[in-house]
Order: sequence, then structure tokens, then C-alpha cells
Amino acid sequence: MSTPAFPIVIVGHVDHGKSTLIGRLLHDTGTLSEARVSEVKKVSARRGVAVEWSFALDALQLERDQAITVDSTQARFRTSLRDYVIVDAPGHEEFLRNMITGAAQAEAAVMVIDIIHGITPQTRRHALVLNLLGIRQMIVVVNKIDSADFDEKAFTRLEAEITALGREANIDITTTIPLSARHGDNLADHSARTPWWRGPTLIEAIDRFQPPPAAADRPFRLAVQDVYRSGADRVVVGRIDGGRLTVGDTVTLWPSGRTARIKSFHASNSATPVIAAAAPQSVAFALDQDLFVERGHVVASATAPPRRGRSLRVRLVWLGRTPLTVGYRLRMVVGTAQADVVASRIHHGIESGAVAGNTVAEATFTAANDVVFDSFVDGSTLGRGILVDGGEVAGGCAIMSSDAAMSGATTTVGADERRLRNGHAGAVFWLTGLSGAGKTTLARAAERVLFDRGAQVMVVDGDLMRGGLTADLGFDNDSRTENIRRVAEVAKLMTSNGVIVLAALISPLASQRELARHIIGPAFHEVLVDADVETCAARDVKGHYAKAKAGELKDFTGISATWERPAQPDLIVGAGQESVDNSTQRLVDYIASIAALHAAAA
Amino acid sequence: MATDLDILESRSIYILREAFQKFRPLALLWSLGKDSNALIWLAKKAFLGRIPFPVMHLDTGLEFPEVYAFRDRYAEEWGLDLIADPCPPIEAVDPTLPPDARIAARKSLGVTEAVSRYGFKALIAGIRRDEQATRAKERVFSPRLPGNTWDFRAQPTELWDTYPAELAPNAHVRVHPLLHWTEIDIWRYLKRESVPIVPLYFARDGRRFRSLGEIGITKPIDSRATSVDDIIAELQMTRADERAGRTMDHESEDAFERLRVSGYL
Repeated sequence: MSTPAFPIVIVGHVDHGKSTLIGRLLHDTGTLSEARVSEVKKVSARRGVAVEWSFALDALQLERDQAITVDSTQARFRTSLRDYVIVDAPGHEEFLRNMITGAAQAEAAVMVIDIIHGITPQTRRHALVLNLLGIRQMIVVVNKIDSADFDEKAFTRLEAEITALGREANIDITTTIPLSARHGDNLADHSARTPWWRGPTLIEAIDRFQPPPAAADRPFRLAVQDVYRSGADRVVVGRIDGGRLTVGDTVTLWPSGRTARIKSFHASNSATPVIAAAAPQSVAFALDQDLFVERGHVVASATAPPRRGRSLRVRLVWLGRTPLTVGYRLRMVVGTAQADVVASRIHHGIESGAVAGNTVAEATFTAANDVVFDSFVDGSTLGRGILVDGGEVAGGCAIMSSDAAMSGATTTVGADERRLRNGHAGAVFWLTGLSGAGKTTLARAAERVLFDRGAQVMVVDGDLMRGGLTADLGFDNDSRTENIRRVAEVAKLMTSNGVIVLAALISPLASQRELARHIIGPAFHEVLVDADVETCAARDVKGHYAKAKAGELKDFTGISATWERPAQPDLIVGAGQESVDNSTQRLVDYIASIAALHAAAA
Repeated sequence: MATDLDILESRSIYILREAFQKFRPLALLWSLGKDSNALIWLAKKAFLGRIPFPVMHLDTGLEFPEVYAFRDRYAEEWGLDLIADPCPPIEAVDPTLPPDARIAARKSLGVTEAVSRYGFKALIAGIRRDEQATRAKERVFSPRLPGNTWDFRAQPTELWDTYPAELAPNAHVRVHPLLHWTEIDIWRYLKRESVPIVPLYFARDGRRFRSLGEIGITKPIDSRATSVDDIIAELQMTRADERAGRTMDHESEDAFERLRVSGYL
């Protein structure tokens, strides 16, 4: 009994017989107490059904009355090999969050599939979710084999589909077993009713699951939970996620990148001083230097550091109340750290522009600050994230990579030096408005004035970008969003090098402008060029409005595509009959105040 | 090499530290039973020897004398900041509950009162999944709505021991650092760490208490176990339920579920 119980989750479509399988497993391994067995019999009789083993687990009245598992639960049993914890996860789509809660604690899975109903969309979804929760081994139970008259051919047909599902979900299906949970065929003992079955019983197959690789063999990682004071020491506390730690070891702290050595461990109730610890132990230790450490920092091996990045590509399961769209803002929790992120791209799993609730997708999130992480495949807990929306858990994700993982990007020229030479700070002025509102006209006019005053200034507009950098994109909302993302990234690079950027783009949706604001950060300023659609249509410099009204131009903002006017822009110009000169002057004055431009030389 | 007890202990300490970091003010519920003594022990370890928040005994006035003696001795010895307010009287309890459940439900009211009196945002409790089927469905961080009720239909998603959710105003969270332990794990741990426990757990005249509650609604079991080793050996053989001696669990099929929904531990 010196190894921990091996956790297994049982999943599958509702009504395919999960709880019955577990109830029967507990019964056949002699695990259920006498009281529980007699309670199950009594409760079954009261409801006028044959002995229903699922009642051993479905403890809530609601669950028994509706014969459905609402929330996940756990039970234990023992084989001759080892102890197990089994997690019963609900199969109903509505309870996916409960299934995930249960499955997140498991090392391996048993998936139950009814031989008559076969693989359902819910079965497939569960397989995909298991993969992103880190489960790599799975047994598939083809249940209710009695209802198919123990037919080998029916089993073999389904087995082929199951193998394909395992490939799709990237899960190693160790065995597929024909079984009847209600009658116990091939569960603990080989059934005489399936003489053609030469494979293992369920219990034999479960005993063949491989234990997980020891966390202590991974590189050292610890997410700082808290810092306590003890005498003169600042004591760092946390649970070792991977690797080992010994007094005298040199470690690196992230995100600072500073190094220190482990001075001592603090342990109470221990007769001898602790000098070493290993994952998954909770520890408390002091460093040999007085470095700034707080919750959210990561202490890591000096030779195998974690990665850092702001743009994280993840596989995620979305449980949110509203669909996940590009521009959606969330909090991502990785280890003990939190970051504000925005969904900047959705790669897969998208239907009509959004990731619906209870589905699996692949997306890129952009964070406001560096996130310290490991790749999910390394098994580190820093490879997974929790998505929080409006104070609730809205999903979980596996971090695949960072589009631009930074390795302490350094520059030989400091921001202060650039500001001193340019005579102003860098900033981005994002001009939004309808086609023909005069965004580019105003931007060009302001550029001239600012240049003449000695400023480093440039204009990017939609036409300019679409001539090259974004020539591959169309005009539907996803393409427009990607266009905006690229413009925002370019603007960020320019402005971080001290340039005043005037970005003139229709950027019709609030979420698109939010995305730009997020990428650029505090240097972003929203300017609304506020000519209304009638004025713009009357000008119709490019003849677009005429075409759009004739139906020749699809997805035209303000005519056949949505225009979300900014609710609270930083500046409004060009409203009503304001002249170009007047608008330009006000825009330049605003830019000068923000960028701290020296008083007009002229 | 970490043993299974080391791993259980580490996870509990991690949970305790998370609770202390996220929720203030908070308190630890000390029922004086074996599990909550293990919990106190773990909290002492988590916080470098001294528990930095109050420890609360929900006192019904109906505990066994040995329990009160134990409380007074170890509250001092362990330097605990003890709160032991009396629970509201039985007249305040929902009269539709079965009689023994009504006695137990005084503790639920005691919790509700303490939450409003002290403004606790979190209460740490020593319940375990293997004790009872509705406890098996619990979360490690389990929110209680204003009014101290448990909405088991809307339990939050819980991934990997983290609790990033925000609490509703006037709500509190129950923190369950022992949820993943079994009864035998607890005994093996108490033995390894030499944690003192109330002597009622050991057999006298052929009987002992396996689960400790109030006088009148707690029955002893037949046993010859006079040491922790004897108890572990006994538990490895038994097929009886741990809470068989807690009469309020068995008055009706849903008795314990009703107790828990209305705030029982």
C-alpha cells in the first residue's frame, strides 16, 4: 500500500451503461459494503426495477429518479495487483463540465459504448476531451453484448470504428472488450457466452494500464503559491510540479530570469532537518538571496528553463455560456499565475464564426504580459491552462506552443534613448469609421503636419496593407479580423521603436478594435472618424456605395455588413460638417498631447 | 521516493495554502473527530507550525465528556485560536426533518450563524469522498450560496485543484483538503505522525466508536481494537459502512442528502 491508488475515469454516452458497469465492478470485486448492497436492492425494489447497480453511485435522489448520472463521483476497488479510484463521469451533454471535473483527475479511461447505438457525437467529444486533459490510455467496453446475441460480427464491425476514433483523438486504445455490465460477462470472469473472445476481461485489461511516468524525473518546476515570513526569512511555498530540489541547488526564477540557490527547507513536525524533496511534494524553502518573489512566479531548473510568450496556441474545451469568438477576452490561469488574454485566432472547431459551448477547438490567445509555460506534451502542469470568464471557469486548455516564444528579447537601443532623439514617445492612433468617412485623408494630412514638426510618423491604411502583407485575405469578418491582427502587430513593432503610427482601417466590429487594443496595449488610442453613412454614400469617392446598393459588392460595411460604432472612443473627429482642416488640427493636437510632442517648432 | 501518504499529505497542504491565499477571513472546522485532527496536523505543517486562522468547534453541548477534555487540552497545546460558540437550539431547526437529522442539523445552523457573525469567506472541513455517497460528489472548493445551501445541480467545473472562480456576495466556499483520503489512509497517517485522538475510538468493554458524533445519535460498534494497528487491521476486513453508527444518515433514503443541501458538512 505504498503506491497511491490508480485513478481511472469511466466515460461514454448517456444510457450506454457507465454507472451500471461501475456498480457491477464494485460488486464483483467485493468492494461494496453489505449496507450498500442491501440499500441498492431496497432502492431498486422501491422503484420497481431489477437490481440496478448504478444506484450504488448515483446517490442523489434526482439521479435515481431519472436514472441518469448528474455529477461525477468516485469509488474505490482493489484487484490482486493494486488499488484503484474510479471516477464515474456523467455522459449527458449538459453535464460535460462535471465529466471534465471528474476526468481531469484520472490517468487512464474506460469508455463505454452500447453495441446497438455505437459511436455517437458525444462519444467522439469525450475522446477528444480526454486527449486534451492528458489521458493517453483507454479501454473501450462494447457494452450490452447480450442485446446483440453475443454476436462476434457485430462486435468486430464496431471495433473497426473504435480503432479509427482512437487515431482521430490520438489516444492509445489498449483493448476493446465485448461485455455485459448488467450480467457481468467478461467483467471479472471470461464469459461462456462469448467463446470467440480471446482477449482479457475488463479487470485484466485495467491491470495492464501503465503507471504514469514519475513527475520527479521531469525538469524541476514549482509554481509559487505564496511567500510566508519566518523569522528573518522570506519562505517560498508551493508544490513541486516536476523534478527534485536539494539544499544548495541553483534555480532560476521566472519571469525575472534571476538565479538563486536554495538556502534551507522549512519543515515542522519533522525530527530531522529536510535537505531534499521531489515532485509531487509540497515544500517551503528560503533562497540565499533577497530576490523579489510572489505568487504566480515560477521557480525552475537553471538548465532546463520553461518557455515564455504572449501568443499561445492551445487546444481547448469551451464550456462558456456564450460562444467563443475572435476578440473574446478571458483570464487564463497557468500554474498559480493569471494573465488577461484575448482570443486572436480560432483555427479549428469553429462553426459560423464561433466556438459553441461544450465543444473542442484549437485557438491562439494573445496575453497582455508574458506567460511562463511548458508544452503540454511534456506532462508539466505549466502546460495546461484554465479559462475564466466573468468569474466562472469557462474552459480548460492544453498549451501547444507559442507563436513567438521569446527568449528574453533584448535591444541595444532603449526606449528612453529613442524618445530623447525623436522628441516624442511612440503611440498608435487607430482611426475607425465607415468607408469614405475620410480616415486616410485625415491620417495623411496629420502625417504631413507632424512630419513637418520633426516627428517620426507613418500611416498604415487598409489599401496599403492589402497591397502586400495581407493580400491573401478576403472581406468576411474572420478575414477582416486577421487583417486587423496583422496591422496591429506591425503597429506595435513600429511604436515600440518610437514611431507615431496612424492606422486608418474601417475595423467595423468592436471585438476587432478590442483585439488591436489588446495587442498594442496602453499605446493604443481609438479615434472615431464620425461621418454617417448618408454622408459617406453621397461622397462615394471610390464608387463602392453605388455597387453595394446595387448588390454587386458583398459584405460592405454600413450597407450589407455590420458597423459597430465605438461606444467610447478617445477622440471623435469629422462629425457633421466639420472641415478637414479643423479635424486635422484637433487630431494633431490630440496626438501631440499623448505623444508628449515638443511644442510646435514652427 | 514519496510514499502514498506523502502524496496525500502534499495535496492537502497545497489545498490549505490555496485556501489561505485566496479567502480571508477563513476558519477551520474542528469536530474533534479523527479526520479533523489529521486536518489540524496538516494545517500546522502547511503554515510552518502555527495555524494562522481560527479553528471552530460547532458546539451542540451534546459531545461526549472525553471530547470536551480533548478539545481543551489540545487547543492550548497546539496554540489554536479556538472559537466554540454554542449552536442554535433544536427549536430553530426545520421541523420536517426526521428526529435524529434535526439534532444533527443544529450544526448546519451553527455554520450559518458563524458565517454571518464572523464574515468567513471560507470554511475548511475534513470530509472525505469514501465516507458517504453524496460527499463523493463534492468539489475540493465547493461554493455555498447565501443561506449556506449546497446547489449540487450547479457545482462549478474544477480542473486540477485550482479554484479561480469568484465568490458571489454573501456566499462562502467550503474547502475540503481531505476529500481524496480514505478512512484507512487517515489511520495510517495518524499512526505515522503520532497524532493524538479522542480515546473513544479505542475499544472498551468490546465496543468502540468508528465515527464520532453527538450523544444520542451516535452508536458504537463491536470491536476489540485497542490500538491504531488493531483499527487498521479491523478496517481491512470489514464490509460495514463507516457511518453505520450515525443514526441520522439512515432515517430515510434522502436524509443525508437533505442535511447536506441545507448546509451540513
